[in-house]
This record gives sequence, C-alpha cells and structure tokens, in this order.
Amino acid sequence: MPDTILVIVEQREGKLNRVSWETITAGQAIAAATGWTLEAAVVGGPASIAAEVAGKKVAKVYAIESPKLEPYTPDAFAAGLKQFLAAKQPKLVLMPHTYQVRDFIPKLATAMGRTVISDCIGFKHESGKLAFTRQMFQGKLAADVSFTGDAPWFATFQNGAFRGDKAEDSAAAAPVETVNVEIADGVVRNKPQEVFKEAKQAVDLTQAEIIVSVGRGIKEQKNIDMAKQLADALGGELAASRPICDSGWLPMDRQVGSSGQTVAPKLYLALGISGAIQHIVGMKGSKAIIAVNKDSEAPIFEIADVAVVGNLFDIVPPLIEEVKKAKAAS
Amino acid sequence: MKILVCLKQVPQKDAPLKLNDAGTWIREDTSYEVNEPDAYALEEALRQREKHKGEVVVITSGPARAQQVLREALAKGADRALHLEDDKFVGLDAFNTAKAFAAAIKDEKFDLILTGLQSDDYGYAQTGVILAELMGLPHATIIMQIEKTDSGIRVKRELEAGFFQFVDIPTPAVLTIQSGINKLRYATLIGIKQAKNKPLKKVTLAEIQSAVGDNLQKIERLYVPQKTKKTEVIEGPAAEVAKKLVDKLRNELRVL
Repeated sequence: MPDTILVIVEQREGKLNRVSWETITAGQAIAAATGWTLEAAVVGGPASIAAEVAGKKVAKVYAIESPKLEPYTPDAFAAGLKQFLAAKQPKLVLMPHTYQVRDFIPKLATAMGRTVISDCIGFKHESGKLAFTRQMFQGKLAADVSFTGDAPWFATFQNGAFRGDKAEDSAAAAPVETVNVEIADGVVRNKPQEVFKEAKQAVDLTQAEIIVSVGRGIKEQKNIDMAKQLADALGGELAASRPICDSGWLPMDRQVGSSGQTVAPKLYLALGISGAIQHIVGMKGSKAIIAVNKDSEAPIFEIADVAVVGNLFDIVPPLIEEVKKAKAAS
Repeated sequence: MKILVCLKQVPQKDAPLKLNDAGTWIREDTSYEVNEPDAYALEEALRQREKHKGEVVVITSGPARAQQVLREALAKGADRALHLEDDKFVGLDAFNTAKAFAAAIKDEKFDLILTGLQSDDYGYAQTGVILAELMGLPHATIIMQIEKTDSGIRVKRELEAGFFQFVDIPTPAVLTIQSGINKLRYATLIGIKQAKNKPLKKVTLAEIQSAVGDNLQKIERLYVPQKTKKTEVIEGPAAEVAKKLVDKLRNELRVL
C-alpha cells in the first residue's frame, strides 16, 4: 500500500473554513510529487462538509464523529484524532495554520510522540526527500525543515501559501466513510462559552480602496497624526500593525493582520512596518504595495511593488503636500 | 497563585542576522532581547500575583547570555528564576525544549504556567501546548484575559477575524498569552537593585539530559528568502521621492 497524505480540513461552527481548500491544493501538489495517496478528513460538524470535500480530487474522505467534538475543545480534538490516526497510520498529516489548529495540533502530535513543522509556506521534494519551507525570524530568513523521526509527520500551512481556487475537482465524488471515535467522560476539561464579536467594529477596512498603514517605525503616538493626514489626503483609511494597537495608539479595529482584518485594497501604503508574518498574511493580497522603511532588509520589501528605503519622517510631509497638489489640480 | 512564566531570549527586532558557516542557523554575535509575547506573559503573571498573592517564577533555556531575560524579569518583580544553561539548548526543537522544562520543574506545583503565544525567532507557536500535554494539564491558547473563578480560571481566547470566546478551565493549566493583553511595566531602580539578591538557580543539561531525546525535526538549510516579486526601488531626496510616488499613484496605479 502506498503512503498516505491526510488533509484535515477545518470546520468551525458547522461551516467549512475556506482556507481548507489551500491545504487540499498543497496535499494534491505533494501527492503529485511523491506518488502518495491523498485522503481528507473532517472532524465533527454536519455531513454536508464531508460531501463538499468529496467533490475534490481526493481518494477518500473520512467524517470523524463523536458527540464530544461539539463544541470545539483541544482535548476532544486531540483524543479523537489520535485514535483515528493511530488506526490509519498516514505518512503525512496536513492542516491549515489557523488559530484552532494551533490550539490542538502540538497536543495531538505530542500525545503520539511526534512533531509538527508549523506555519509552512511551501515544500520541496528533492531526490526522494521531503522538506518544508517556513519563515524564520519574522520572515527575515527562510528554512527548509525535514522530519527526522517516525511518521505520522504533521505539518501546517500558512494562510495564503497555496491557492485555494487551484484545488482540483474530481469527476466522481470520493467515497465518504464515517468513523466514530470514542472520547471517554472526563477527557474534555475545558468548558468553552459562545463565540462572540467585540462591540461592533466601527471600521471595515476590507472595503477601503486605499489604506495607509503604520508600524513601529512611527515611533510615538503623536506621529500617528502625520499618517492620518496622508490617509485623508489620499481619501483612504488609516490602519496599523498589531504593536501600534497593542500600545493603544490606534483602536484594535484598525489592525491589519492575522489577529485583525484581512485586506486587499488597490493601494496599501506601509509606513515603518517591518513586515512580520502576522501582518503580511493580512495584506499581501493588495493590488499594489508601497513600503517606506529605513531598514533596507525589512521583510516588507520582499512583497512590496515599490520600495522607498528612507526615513518616513522625511518622506511623508512632502508626500502629503504633493498628493494635495495633485488632487487640487485634477 | 503560584505562576511559572516561560521566557525566551530572541534576536532583537532590527538586529542584523548573519548565517553561520554551515548555513543552518544564525551566528551568535547579534543583540538579543526577551521575546515580546513572553514579556506580556510575565506582566500578566505579575498582575495576577498582585490580585491573588502568591509567587511568580521565571524560566528560560539557553547559553549564559539568556540570563539577561531572567534578570530583567526579576527586576520587574518576579520572585525567583530558573536557567537551563547550555549552548545546546539553542538547537533544541520545541518538543525537547518542553521536555527539558517539564523535567526541571517536576518537583514544583504551579497553578498556572504562562508562555508567549509564539517566538519571534522560530515562530512555531508550540512549546506551551506541548508542555501542557507532557504535564497532563489542560491548556488554552492566544489568551487576552484571565480571571480567577471558584473552580479554576475563566480566560478570553482570541479567535480569528475579531472573534473571541470565554473558556472555563480547571487549574493547574497552561496558557499561551497574546501580545497586548496588558500594558507592560518598566523595571524600577529599586527593582533592579532588589533583583540582585533574588534566587537564580542554574540547571545544567546533565541534570535533565535523561528527559531530552533526539530532535524530531531538522533545519536542513537556513537562507535569505528568494524574492518572488519585482520591486521598484525609489531613491533620492525626500521631495523628489514624494514627486515620484505621486506620479506613480496617479499614472500607474490610478488612485489619484
């Protein structure tokens, strides 16, 4: 029997998380490179999710079920999946690097005496050896990492690492097998309450065509006003990376990144943002990215269309004036 | 409440990094600081102790230089420190680092163990959760609030896209802390002075060696990432740069 790659798709509150398609695409690519068989699994949730996944090019879909899998807890997910994986023994287990997966996958792998290569952005398969590429030092460096222990090997992929819309469909639906797992009383220790959203977000950055975003390089709270003036002159919204919101210099609803909003404006103007991974995942889909940073090696320049290496305090004031002039003339 | 905080020393945010000769890690000679989310974890522990009394213990692993993050934590108010001191801890994977921590604290009874949600160097986001599993404790990740309850704690988990969730957890428990959960304090002059007399215990690799196994994963190669995007660099005096940018905004991007 050939080795198996198992993609565990994510369902939350009974809905398939779309980022799962990216992991299916990754699984299909690794299957093509290695010749291994690709299967998928859904943990909990309604039967419709397994049926949806079965429409993709996968050999089989498992619907892992137990009443204890709802609502999500790391204890139940780790216990249920451990049972399933111990029986199936796949070679490689792939999941999206979501907050939910981060919450249980290290526990699951540890319970099985295995390891996770987390937050990967790609893979390499060279002379029969599989390695996973991931960012290190906040994206300043990259590493190819391989497994040295026994299977199952666990890896998670960063949001946006693969294209979800490239996940291949299958002509005929894959078979779906329901697997009931036993989760004993007392295994689940956490009692989760309802999921909620903080007081309605005042700012919807996802609709903005132009975003001026500030990072640590803005240095002091009083300097935020300069960025605000630029955003106003451009007719755009002001946003920030997480540290700025953590400091209370701008409200949390102006935060772009994995814990904030994901945006794709026509123009994303990054001022003094180094480009940590958590920020990049929230804005790399922007049509055009202009970055101003004094550090020529800042990771933000890796994804910028236009790089301005310089001091933002020198560049922004004349830029505001030029933008105003251009607006007045048009 | 007796609280353990796991701290990691990482390269400073804008410190230049040079690859070692083998191309598998960075060279030692750079500047370091405490991992930022860990600083928030320490602050939260100090605040919990202020509310509920108890003790805050800090732990780190790494070469002699890593002692600095413990000294800073003691100066901010931590009661005592444990330093798993050896150069070899730098190359240990998350699984084995957690095993080393578990072995070093096996005779202590903590109500809470806090870590930052991830590190600024590896960024694996795993050590805290692995430690919980090794110790048989419940855990919750990416925490933005901790309240003591009759049976344990109630924590606020951050989910994606602006969602949150409260979770009730029995203690002892392990929590990974999100940046921004609180406002960081600075060490006071008195604190820095007092820190010199606080206990800082060194644990050698030999003492916990039996708990640590081979790494289960290996960095084959560390490198500067290849650029995938064509980037146009605009240089010159600020006034000229501003003119060039506006020209671009107007004629190429058509947003003006």
